[in-house]
Amino acid sequence: MNIFKAQDLVKYFGGLAAVNGVNFQVEEGEIFGLIGPNGSGKTTIFNLINNYYPLTSGDIHLYDQSIKGMKTYKICKLGIARTFQVVKPLARMTVLDNVTASAFCRVNTIKEAQKLAMETIEFCGLAAYKDHRAKSLPIGLRKRLEITRALATRPKLLLLDETAAGLTPKEMGQAIELIKEINRRGVTIIIIEHIMKVIMSISHRILAINHGQPIATGTPEEIACNPQVIEAYLGEEKNA
Amino acid sequence: MKPTKALIVLLVAGILPLIIKQDYYIHLLILVLMWVIIGSCWNLLAGYTGQVSFGQAAFFGIGAYTAGILHTKLEISAWWGMALGGWSAVILGIIIGYLCFRLRGPYFALATLAAGEILRLIANNWVDFTEGMVGILIMQTFSSKLPYYYLVLGLASLCLGVIYLTMNSKLGYYFLSIREDQDAAESLGINATLYKNISLAISSFFTGTVGAFYMNYMGFIDPSVVFALHDISIQAILVGIIGGVGTLWGPAIGALVMVGIQELFRTAMFGLAPKWVSQGHAMAFGVLVVLTILFMSNGIVGDWSKIKRIFVKKASQEVS
Repeated sequence: MNIFKAQDLVKYFGGLAAVNGVNFQVEEGEIFGLIGPNGSGKTTIFNLINNYYPLTSGDIHLYDQSIKGMKTYKICKLGIARTFQVVKPLARMTVLDNVTASAFCRVNTIKEAQKLAMETIEFCGLAAYKDHRAKSLPIGLRKRLEITRALATRPKLLLLDETAAGLTPKEMGQAIELIKEINRRGVTIIIIEHIMKVIMSISHRILAINHGQPIATGTPEEIACNPQVIEAYLGEEKNA
Repeated sequence: MKPTKALIVLLVAGILPLIIKQDYYIHLLILVLMWVIIGSCWNLLAGYTGQVSFGQAAFFGIGAYTAGILHTKLEISAWWGMALGGWSAVILGIIIGYLCFRLRGPYFALATLAAGEILRLIANNWVDFTEGMVGILIMQTFSSKLPYYYLVLGLASLCLGVIYLTMNSKLGYYFLSIREDQDAAESLGINATLYKNISLAISSFFTGTVGAFYMNYMGFIDPSVVFALHDISIQAILVGIIGGVGTLWGPAIGALVMVGIQELFRTAMFGLAPKWVSQGHAMAFGVLVVLTILFMSNGIVGDWSKIKRIFVKKASQEVS
């Protein structure tokens, strides 16, 4: 069953089409990859999904409900959580407080929120840092805090924006395991990633875009062999 | 601070006027407590929620005028203003919040600054309703200062209690999240516009109520007193900054320091210094703010551990 459907997404900034005619559907329980060169409109698609930017045209459905034009916080309540590529930790709050604030999305008392937050923190392996201030964390842990915080809102659909960028190889391995584990627990995931090792190893299906337009959809193997994708990433083959 | 410590503070504050007895010092304590409320309200909004207000005088003044006008126009006791002044401030707050909180950046600060000045001009010029620059004079109910003292002490305790409970609930987490990063907050399911308005409502309610108290206590208000930009709006900020932005007890300490300094200068160091010194209290306060920002940017309460370290170090050096 489709959990998520994006229809003809179009976003203009002035005269520039950042996203132009992107369609895709995500099955429940899937890890759906979104790739493309720098500036191809991947993050903009995320910003359209949670209405950080309003759509120019097109429609977005969660299950059968259109979420077009809904307020950002309402979309989160409906079950779509996201992380930010440029991390946005609540800097002067502790890790526990960061996650507790987002856990209030589902529960109302401070006790329940802290319990839910603690469970999520332990699941994501941040328990040792729970009393550290978010701004004191290194980038790898900040990225993980982003995931933890998003997860504490108990999403049905999780949007991960370059959560592996800037990580050491060891951290990257842990991040891949974490994302797989989140998915095993029944959360559908859309992931943007530049690092091919990550995206190829965890995605079930991938959509490649360039200049805001879709160029290919398919399994990781299909995408890796697609000439248009190779061209977008590496440039045209020279005719000798 | 633990509840027991807060109870001790309350107990000391309750006994204090019975020991010192002199009206002049009780008057100073009443001023301190008024500033505790005004400063804490500014702090809830600016320190905890990140929405810097330059116009607390608007809420203070509208509370004071609610009490005054109830007396002059409806000929009922100005004490009714204590019940209604807060609500008129909340209504003003909702109007400002509705207009400004959908915008980002400095618009809220500018709008509150303007609101205070606009209300001052209205109060100056709408003579039929507000008596204009002549002001409103009422008979004070009590000749003793004690009833006023205990009333404002109760109000200050209530205000700090409400802020404490707020900050230890979902609201508090939401306020802090909005202060830290509004985009992140919204993507975590927080309705930033709504919660900024709630913060503003609590802040304006207590500021308005203390304005109504001021009318009853001083017995006289005019537009330039209660809608004063520097004497109310700016001082509310200074109280917060000196005491410690984003701390529960910061504004209380700030209020104590501010009223102390103001009085020291107003009386020209209790008559010991030449008369011209009395002109300098605004400057002294400015210097204090500059020093605070330079050397302890989190205020007295926020940087208390830093201050303690300096004195502990000195003491240990003297011993060795």
